[in-house]
Amino acid sequence: MADATLHLRDHYEDLAKQTHAARLGMWVFIGSEALLFAALFALYAAYRIAYPASFRAAAAHTNLFLGTAMTFVLITSSLLMANAVLSARLARPGRSVGFLAGTAGLGIIFLGLKAVEYTEHFRDGIFPGAFYAFARLPAPGARVFFTLYYFMTGLHALHVAGGVVLLAWLARRAHRGGFTPEYHTPLELGGMYWHFVDVVWIFLWPLFYLLR
Amino acid sequence: MSEPHLSARTYLFTWIALVVLSALTLLLSVAPLGPFHVPVALLIAGTKGVLIVLFFMHLVEQRSVNRVAVIFWLLLLLILISLTAADVATRSLDLRPPVSG
Repeated sequence: MADATLHLRDHYEDLAKQTHAARLGMWVFIGSEALLFAALFALYAAYRIAYPASFRAAAAHTNLFLGTAMTFVLITSSLLMANAVLSARLARPGRSVGFLAGTAGLGIIFLGLKAVEYTEHFRDGIFPGAFYAFARLPAPGARVFFTLYYFMTGLHALHVAGGVVLLAWLARRAHRGGFTPEYHTPLELGGMYWHFVDVVWIFLWPLFYLLR
Repeated sequence: MSEPHLSARTYLFTWIALVVLSALTLLLSVAPLGPFHVPVALLIAGTKGVLIVLFFMHLVEQRSVNRVAVIFWLLLLLILISLTAADVATRSLDLRPPVSG
């Protein structure tokens, strides 16, 4: 119980209520993040309806193999993240640190694959917006597709990069014995953020790689 | 006391379901589905999202007010995307969103 009183802020009756408030707050934050991405998905929907042929042709020029690999990397990283939280709940902080390191490692692999992919596109002259110079698909619809591609996958990659920093901080805190079965709220909320980023990619993958 | 929580087995099964659904998405993307490619892909992606939210993000073990919060922003998200799409889909082609430059 010493641990519980240590982390309890005095405006909460008990730790259970404080933890519940923290989770609810995280869901509201994730909701605002989801709406940020939703605006971009709405833009994608509008332009895909307006330029269906260009969108299909352009989607055939993204790297399906890399995109699919990134999907499996992120799904697996989510499994490791869930186990990092579980390890804290089972009072095994050492394992928690290991799982966090694995999750962050897969996040870095994801970013590496993304960098390889962007480099390939740059070589072909596929740049966003007015810099678009892909000779094989000069149609305006294809330019919009790749602009949205850079905007949405870029914003997502920024979230992954932020997530990796967050995971490193959580791992350090877990290593110092900062999380117990009674109190591991930062770890749990960090996990929710990482899983959310995974969900965004689950929608980006078919829209930019598969629907060709 | 620590609360009751999901087990490693549940997480493993969730992961297996996600892998299977991803493989299914990949297979169906080359199947002759005609106009149903987009709805089918989005339906599977949505199912994967629900699995992650319920199990990896622990919504299933939390108090129901959290579910209300999630359902509320999902509703806002669906309104935003579907009305934007419906607007463009019901215009004449001359009025489709412009591409400058």
